[in-house]
Amino acid sequence: MAETEKDDKAVDVTKATEAAAAPHGITEVTTVDAATEDEAVAALDAEVGSGEPILQVRNLVKHFPLTQGILFKKQVGAVKAVDGISFDLYQGETLGIVGESGCGKSTVAKLLMTLESATAGEVFYKGQDITKLSGRALRAVRRNIQMVFQDPYTSLNPRMTVGDIIGEPYEIHPEAAPKGDRRRKVQELLDVVGLNPEYLNRYPHQFSGGQRQRIGIARGLALNPEIIICDEPVSALDVSVQAQVINLMEKLQDEFNLSYIFIAHDLSIVRHISDRVGVMYLGKMAEIGTDAEIYDHPTHPYTQALLSAVPVPDPEAREGRERIILTGDVPSPANPPSGCRFRTRCWKAEDKCAKEVPLLAIPERFAGTDSLAAHESACHFAEEKDVVHA
Amino acid sequence: MLNPTQAPEAGPVSAAAEAPLPGGSEITKARSLGQDAWRELRSNPIFWVSAVLLVLFLLMAAVPSLFTSTDPGHADLRNHYLGKPEWGHFFQPDWFGYNGQGQSVYARTIYGARASVIIGFCVTLGVTLVGGVIGMFAGYFGGLLDTLLSRLTDIFFGIPLLLGGMVLLQAFTHRTIWTVVLALATFGWMPLARVMRGAVITQKQADFVTAARALGAGTTRILLRHILPNTLAPVIVVATIALGGFVSTEATLSYLGIGLQSTVSWGVDISDAQNVLRDAPHVLLVPASFLSLTVLSFILLGDAVRDAFDPKLR
Ligand SMILES: Nc1ncnc2c1ncn2[C@@H]1O[C@H](COP(=O)(O)OP(=O)(O)O)[C@@H](O)[C@H]1O
Ligand code: SF4
Ligand SMILES: [Mg+2]
Repeated sequence: MAETEKDDKAVDVTKATEAAAAPHGITEVTTVDAATEDEAVAALDAEVGSGEPILQVRNLVKHFPLTQGILFKKQVGAVKAVDGISFDLYQGETLGIVGESGCGKSTVAKLLMTLESATAGEVFYKGQDITKLSGRALRAVRRNIQMVFQDPYTSLNPRMTVGDIIGEPYEIHPEAAPKGDRRRKVQELLDVVGLNPEYLNRYPHQFSGGQRQRIGIARGLALNPEIIICDEPVSALDVSVQAQVINLMEKLQDEFNLSYIFIAHDLSIVRHISDRVGVMYLGKMAEIGTDAEIYDHPTHPYTQALLSAVPVPDPEAREGRERIILTGDVPSPANPPSGCRFRTRCWKAEDKCAKEVPLLAIPERFAGTDSLAAHESACHFAEEKDVVHA
Repeated sequence: MLNPTQAPEAGPVSAAAEAPLPGGSEITKARSLGQDAWRELRSNPIFWVSAVLLVLFLLMAAVPSLFTSTDPGHADLRNHYLGKPEWGHFFQPDWFGYNGQGQSVYARTIYGARASVIIGFCVTLGVTLVGGVIGMFAGYFGGLLDTLLSRLTDIFFGIPLLLGGMVLLQAFTHRTIWTVVLALATFGWMPLARVMRGAVITQKQADFVTAARALGAGTTRILLRHILPNTLAPVIVVATIALGGFVSTEATLSYLGIGLQSTVSWGVDISDAQNVLRDAPHVLLVPASFLSLTVLSFILLGDAVRDAFDPKLR
């Protein structure tokens, strides 16, 4: 176990140096104004250089209205599932998004997939705001951004064969593969995700959870997308199978030059796969940075609390370490606390926290330093606290 | 804790080893949910009892001459009520005795199956189509359309099937099988609409529907390819059970004298027999038993199918 820890570190260092090249904070959006649909589609299908921002999310908001009454519905409030989130996804990277259940991760995923309409904010994909696209341009986005779902038991239609499930993308986008080619393509995809290509005629319920998730991944790959949004893709799987699926996803990332948004409710799962990590709390981004910044130099109290709960295999490290136990429940997103959303559970909360909303920015005290603590954190009193190695 | 570095490299071999597929060596052997349900059904004795009875009833309806060569309309007044059942005379005209006109009760019961079966199936087909479409639109599109259609369903639910059927049939002076079908279907579609609406709402939220939308699938594809096939099981179950109810309501309407006219039917025969219940109970009991058995068979079949399709009971 100790050895693997070391391995992990080695990986982290390379990632940190790679990511250091990436600009910190929010990048400038170069919008593309396509006059015609053809131009829009062409721009959406254009290549993006490795390390360039491919997806730029700006002030994304999703409020689900709470209504009352049967015949005449009247709005009595809103669940603020996502409340002003901005981040970038660079080509070829994996951005982990972590947060407790109910903090809005799946809603972010659905907004990025344009499966839900945003209340406000923009999602720029190659410079075009996909929340405003329609018609052929939206179809082009759908080809290029795909999703892998959390529950492999509900994400495959039980009435369709595996061949039909993986082949459906070609039926919806006939231009992606000529009819005669499809069966062969589906078999190739099965092979790529490590399943027997002869399983084509089987039904999903004949497979185990891990195998089903592979089928879901194959479906996501069919249209040769650039971005795959993975909403807790391994949370429903046995621990022994989780690692296999994550390894497969890493292999596919290299093979197909994919960018991932990898959602999880647990920091330990994303650590291995992600280059950068964003921590969400109650519809807002609390802290975002590279792997090394978040795991070794967290400055937001919420991240620190989450990290202190991650089990540490080394007994010596465990002894000296302080476990931060969060008290109280996560407040309702329909009625979030004023100021900092974390203040009801934060041990550092002061008056200022209730009055002023902390912005997601590099804390002043670290700005300009080359410390790894100099990354964006939405806290008035951001500071380092070595929770992992104390 | 997750430890990917130690996990074996995922590949075809480890994937196959992850969980050996049931079904053994024959790799391409596919088993759909329907096939699994069929395996389940096959081992259920209740299914077999109800299925055999239903096949018999269907045969009676389709080719009554297989069972008797007697004309159900042939009246011989010499047998007027006097011909008591001869329980030993299997398949003979006097097996179940004679009725007031001296007609063979056995022959009439055999020929009476046709009206019940036609009405039962046609009404069920009608309500499945009407209720299914209403429920599907209400469930899938939601919003105002759902509110309107659901209230309409509630209003119709407030009218008892029998009462509604009676009132509507009063308007027809000449009533055929098709008038009765129309009347029953008009007031019988609501359970189907409800079960369809519920099933569509459940399936609409399923991840595989979201996945199809994420791929850019249109409404038609989502409804026909993803949602409808997954709502069939509960709809078939409710329809099968409802079929039994329609058969008995038809008989009740005929019994009350506002159902079928001048057709050989269990309901008409039961109605005619009511005055002689004490002297010749067989004239009433025989068609009534056939009626109950038919209704019971459909309800049992519906139950068995529901159990077979319910994975939680496996
Ligand atoms: N369609 C919806 N209607 C109303 N509320 C919703 C809907 N989807 C999600 N929510 C609410 O939004 C919040 C965030 O949900 P979700 O994004 O699923 O969180 P997570 O994926 O992080 O667990 C939750 O409080 C949830 O109840
Ligand atoms: S802003 Fe205040 S309440 Fe919020 S995390 Fe920082 S210290 Fe805690
Ligand atoms: Mg979720």
